[in-house]
Amino acid sequence: MGLLDRLQQLRGAVPDDDIAGRTQALVVRGNEFGFDEFGASRDSLRGVLRVARWLYRHYFRASAFGVEHIPATGRVLFVANHSGQLPFDGLVIGAACFLEPPQPRLVRSMVEYFVPTVPFASYLFARWGQITGTPENCRRLLAAEEAVLVFPEGARGISKNFSKRYQLAEFGKGFLRLALEMRAPIVPIAVIGAEEQAPAINVKPLARLLGAPSFPVVPYPPFLPLVPLPVKYRLYFGEPIRMTGDPDDDDEVLDEKARSVKNRIQSMIQIGLREREHVFW
Amino acid sequence: MTDGAERPAARPRTVVVTGISGRLGRIVARRLHHELDWRIVGLDRRPMPGRPKDIEHHQVDLRSKKARDVFRAGEVDALIHLGVMHDPRARPAEIYSWNITGTTKLLEYCQAYRVPKAVLLSSANVYGPRPDNPQFLTEDAPLLAAQRFPQMRDLVEIDHLVSTFLWRAQSTETVILRPVHIVGPVHNAPSNYLRIQRPPVLLGFDPMVQLIHYQDIADAIVAALGPGRRGIYNIVGPGEVPLSAVLRELGREPVQIPHPVAKPILSLAFRLGVSSFPVAELDFIRYVCMVDGRRANAELGFRPRFGLRETIHAVDEPA
Repeated sequence: MGLLDRLQQLRGAVPDDDIAGRTQALVVRGNEFGFDEFGASRDSLRGVLRVARWLYRHYFRASAFGVEHIPATGRVLFVANHSGQLPFDGLVIGAACFLEPPQPRLVRSMVEYFVPTVPFASYLFARWGQITGTPENCRRLLAAEEAVLVFPEGARGISKNFSKRYQLAEFGKGFLRLALEMRAPIVPIAVIGAEEQAPAINVKPLARLLGAPSFPVVPYPPFLPLVPLPVKYRLYFGEPIRMTGDPDDDDEVLDEKARSVKNRIQSMIQIGLREREHVFW
Repeated sequence: MTDGAERPAARPRTVVVTGISGRLGRIVARRLHHELDWRIVGLDRRPMPGRPKDIEHHQVDLRSKKARDVFRAGEVDALIHLGVMHDPRARPAEIYSWNITGTTKLLEYCQAYRVPKAVLLSSANVYGPRPDNPQFLTEDAPLLAAQRFPQMRDLVEIDHLVSTFLWRAQSTETVILRPVHIVGPVHNAPSNYLRIQRPPVLLGFDPMVQLIHYQDIADAIVAALGPGRRGIYNIVGPGEVPLSAVLRELGREPVQIPHPVAKPILSLAFRLGVSSFPVAELDFIRYVCMVDGRRANAELGFRPRFGLRETIHAVDEPA
């Protein structure tokens, strides 16, 4: 069998997702101009989801496990490990929630405060349903029964060095307070693969010099992790966790609860790592 | 209006409106006149041509003794302060003195002559457009506009003056309205901007904006005059849309300018008189500055009557 045939066969094995139909099935609370209150629009989503699908199915050849834990409706807080220098993990989680369950869901990730200052990203992220990561925004979306994705490791997670892969950085408590206050179930997600997509070290003095949050360097041209390696992504969706308690509790109590979510994700990561045979396939 | 008026009902109630000669002032005065049948007394340093016969008008400076006389003479039932001057071409020191001293004086009169109601028309812009703004600011958000926009300093300071008065002066029910961009056949920054055929926009930025129909503002003011109503309220129109969608709806042809060069280009155009776009307000077409109007909805019962399209097209209405 020639290489071309082999490629054809591989292509055939990939499901042909009905992007248009699925986008139509997404719940977007648009007004008469087609925009929701955060600026998301179905038309923009349709375009970006085509790209996301290609990355998901072909570039990262992602597989998702525990898709039944993605609720079809109702508020939910997705909590995942964060890594890989560039936030492809967010994109892959978004694509999975769009492509895998019977009822596609729009995932709204909480993005860094600097994103609205970057030309194009400023409004494109909004059109694609991504929101500036303020607690008020998250509260509002959960109240509207939407799905919000948070990475409690934040910048510490995405810029971690290669040697720290699959070791969760400290979790903030913000996500937990929001889950308690809004009585939103937490669906933990372990992302396997992203932590190897850019085997980088962070050159801290350069980052300080440039005033950037980090300055990652990879050991191959162009030495900056602009393009992720074609690692294979494996997503594990865990059973929803229903937290109860007072969102204004003492920090120790909240820390304890945040740690329990972190441990849950860490153990899901260990299982995922044990199950996989190779980083790239 | 049936309410707990303490004075005899025979005397028509009197409302003093500052800034009545402006387009918005006239619209508000007309509405009050029609709907409430109140005696209307205008205070403005500009003349008021074409004024209906039964609207009184005093062409005075708010800081002058004559303005005080208006309060001293008549029993004033309410003050509506619309006379905040915001002219990018006037001398800043003069505007500042006019705005701050004028407002201070008005509040003094309200207290001295026991005016039971005072309404300030502030603006949602006092919060300031910022990249880290939550999508919807509530009334307790800090007023940060003055930090980066010297032109907004007056309005922020007036808002602060009146909020202090709100808590201090128990004899006056004070209401501060912070409406989103008011559009219509009026002269204010957002309406002027939306009337430009080729308006400047920033390349790669397209913030969500909130607009409100000028007639809805009159409704909000009428709602604020209701007895027992006091406090600070964001006033929100029919919804949120990207700036680009508004311009498309109006058939404008925006000129994309990269933001690093927008400042020098627009300030040159401003000095040459080619454009009247105040450079300091560039961030208003770059970042979000949107507000949450739920409090006004719950407590004032305010709801906009005009839809998105009607509101957008109101800028092109003949004056």
